[in-house]
Amino acid sequence: MSTGTEAAPVAETERQTMEVDIACAGFGPAMGGFLTSLTQQWSANPNDPAFASKAVPGMPLQVICYERADDISAGVSGVVTRARGIRASLPELNPLDIPMAVPVEQERVLYLLDPVGASRRSLALRAADALLRTAGKVAGVKDSAFELPWTPGFLHKEGGLILSMGQFNQWVGAELMAGGLAQIWPGSPVSEPIFDGGDGTAVKGLRLTDQGVDRKGDPADGFMAGMDVRAALTVVGDGPVGAVGQAIDARVGMPEGHAQREWALGMKMVIELPETAEDSGLKPGMVWHTFGYPEPEIFGFMYVHPERLVSVGIFVPSWMGDSSRTAYRYLQHYMQHPALWRYLKDGTLRSWGAKSLQESGQHGEPYLCGDGYARIGEGSGSTNMLTGSGVDEAWTTGVQLAEAVVEILRGGKAFSKENLAATYEKRRRASWVEREGREAMNARNGFHGGMVRGMVGMALAGLTGGKLSLGAKIPPAHEQIKRAGESESGDALLRAAGEGGHPLHELVMTARGWPEIPLDGKLLVTQQDALLLGGKVQALPGFADHVLFRDAALCAQCAEKTCIAMCSGQALTPGAEGVPAFEREKCVHCGACLWNCAHSPGDGRANVEFRAGAGGLHSAEN
Amino acid sequence: MAEGFHIVVCAGMVPDPLQTLEPVIGPNGPGLKNEMMLPAVLDPWAASALYEAAQVVAQHPGSKLWLVSLGPKAKLQQVMMTIAQKVSFELVPVDGPIGGFPDAHATAAALADAIGALQGLNRERLLLFGGWESATRGAGITLQWTGELLGITDQFQGVDQITLRADGSFEVLERVEGGKHQVSVCAGAPAVLGWATGNLAEPRNNPQTGMANMRGIMPALQKAKQVKLADNTLSYRAVNLPAQQRETRIEKNLTADEIAQEIVQWIAAE
Repeated sequence: MSTGTEAAPVAETERQTMEVDIACAGFGPAMGGFLTSLTQQWSANPNDPAFASKAVPGMPLQVICYERADDISAGVSGVVTRARGIRASLPELNPLDIPMAVPVEQERVLYLLDPVGASRRSLALRAADALLRTAGKVAGVKDSAFELPWTPGFLHKEGGLILSMGQFNQWVGAELMAGGLAQIWPGSPVSEPIFDGGDGTAVKGLRLTDQGVDRKGDPADGFMAGMDVRAALTVVGDGPVGAVGQAIDARVGMPEGHAQREWALGMKMVIELPETAEDSGLKPGMVWHTFGYPEPEIFGFMYVHPERLVSVGIFVPSWMGDSSRTAYRYLQHYMQHPALWRYLKDGTLRSWGAKSLQESGQHGEPYLCGDGYARIGEGSGSTNMLTGSGVDEAWTTGVQLAEAVVEILRGGKAFSKENLAATYEKRRRASWVEREGREAMNARNGFHGGMVRGMVGMALAGLTGGKLSLGAKIPPAHEQIKRAGESESGDALLRAAGEGGHPLHELVMTARGWPEIPLDGKLLVTQQDALLLGGKVQALPGFADHVLFRDAALCAQCAEKTCIAMCSGQALTPGAEGVPAFEREKCVHCGACLWNCAHSPGDGRANVEFRAGAGGLHSAEN
Repeated sequence: MAEGFHIVVCAGMVPDPLQTLEPVIGPNGPGLKNEMMLPAVLDPWAASALYEAAQVVAQHPGSKLWLVSLGPKAKLQQVMMTIAQKVSFELVPVDGPIGGFPDAHATAAALADAIGALQGLNRERLLLFGGWESATRGAGITLQWTGELLGITDQFQGVDQITLRADGSFEVLERVEGGKHQVSVCAGAPAVLGWATGNLAEPRNNPQTGMANMRGIMPALQKAKQVKLADNTLSYRAVNLPAQQRETRIEKNLTADEIAQEIVQWIAAE
């Protein structure tokens, strides 16, 4: 059982230290943008003294990036992006060079009716559904779906790209390594930043996780204390649930009025369509945005890649409220909606994955820089919640930081909070990322009052450039979860799951009237088979458990167990004495448990601790 | 051995089987679908050979370790990101075709050429390490042929352990039928050792090792010699993956004995 038990501290004499100039945590699109821009500027003039290393005299700048996953292609995201920032830094980019990439050719927005009758729809929505059904084909309803006559401008990805995040990262990483300035090391989770300075808020580098430890983190065979990688600048791009970003937020706090309260779990599959799909009308470059099904709060998508591949996925948001929110089976029901199933039927699962999305946008923006560090990407609040876009924004924040770093280096200045604010933050504030993020910051407020109100609020913000929006008082994520008495899951289901060894989500969904999934062994497979068929879950020995429960008594009292229902890999199951059991070998590192805990020990944080860990789901096609 | 060994590890790459691999017949013969898309890793038995070699080098001052690998340069670079933090070595990349289907003789010739051209290699001190056969594919004769082309006649395959002696001789445990080992004593280098799994755990990632390795790896990759393998005279009549059956369920209440019994019944029924 994993609880909040702490491992014994490592004697500092055992810990090695290495000096570099720039230490980076996490390799995703933001870090890709940062390192690409930095490498480009260095390549233009390798003899520029600004790029001389202070850490290793006589060498060029020593830039090292550590990534948790065992390969940099293990990113998980269904990506359609306008790619403005990406194309600006890579003007010669040819989508043909990147597997699964294709320019966006056509976009559709579909409202999906409920063909099953199990979706929890409000009376207003049921009435609207009835009207649409009655109007039928006259209103354009086909396959239980109503296509909006136009795609709102804010959703458009015209001129953009459909990408596989894994393949894009792999391509960018290969270009970077060949560039010769930056080193990228996968399989190297970073446990925390190294704090220093007078008030203890300056960052002096990164501490890697200990290796050769038992599940609790105590030294075992082959113990090697995580190395301290000390650097003049630490670049934090470890995403929304990254350990370094979390530690900095805990130490320095958030700016006044800012909080990360809105989240979503994105879950997707890459599917190979049958050969008959050639005649189906689906063409590479097509983008579908959907809403209304399987639950009104769940948005979905289908992106068509070349070679009969499609990405299909859903987003389950924190504002769905229900304590038994669960993603995998919802995704299976989503795929079987007639509007999608007519294409997906007889398809084969190629890849599967899940990821937490930080959906607070600028409301969740932390301090962008401090003494010795800067934040980029999704963890820095760059995702635009109105356009549903994050990759291009993340990439662009990385480029902005690289430009700022070169300016600071050329000025012979230190990476102080003031200098980073005057260069990086200034660039960011003046950019389209900031402007559009501001327009979007209140766009989703309405969803806390229901789906219809949410759509109205989104349209208001989108059509007025953010000038008009609906207000909302948004509680912390753990307070958004309805308590057991308010929702339909309960002790009986939990008991059944624990005693029978059944997946909790299956019981919950079935109890709610959702039909059983007709497993076909190819596309409709059990969640455990998705772990095996849709990628590879890695959990190398010698690393500690990264999911811990801070207060076991609080877990014992918890009647919701939302962490279990929402766990993407079924790595959390009902455990002894009410504390969920964690199996690292099944964890896909989506981070959903962090924001799907209904209780806080009183400090405003959830009762789950999500630390740095090795491994996770690896699927190159995601 | 006073002067130490010169160890050359021949290590092939294989696709990390993240997704089910699918054989396809292309214009250049058989291959695996989307192989270039999938991350590559060192063939597991070759990786064992590398870790064993690193241990020998660490225990014998004056020894040196080269890693010779044939494959597309981009894939070699990717593999380096996953292994270069583990042990110190000098990379000798041979930029060639991907896949496990080229003729083993042609592959061995390319490897032997690359090894023969190594600056500073003393063949009298040479231990040629590699995977006994590919753990995932391959004819299992590439290493043997490479050794023969280099004129090395002392060859050991299926090695799980060597014990080096002060006079330069060594005892070798080779796998034989029945889960047993054949014990041999070799007078010393040069020799070929095709490794099975060995006994060493995968080394921990060490950032200092990685940083030092990479200073030599990237220039080596930039200068990688491109080779075209001799014409493939092989023809494949068919290429198939082993048939798979997947039947997964979660069992929390069965004992280990009950699970074992069910598996035995299932195997017996097949």
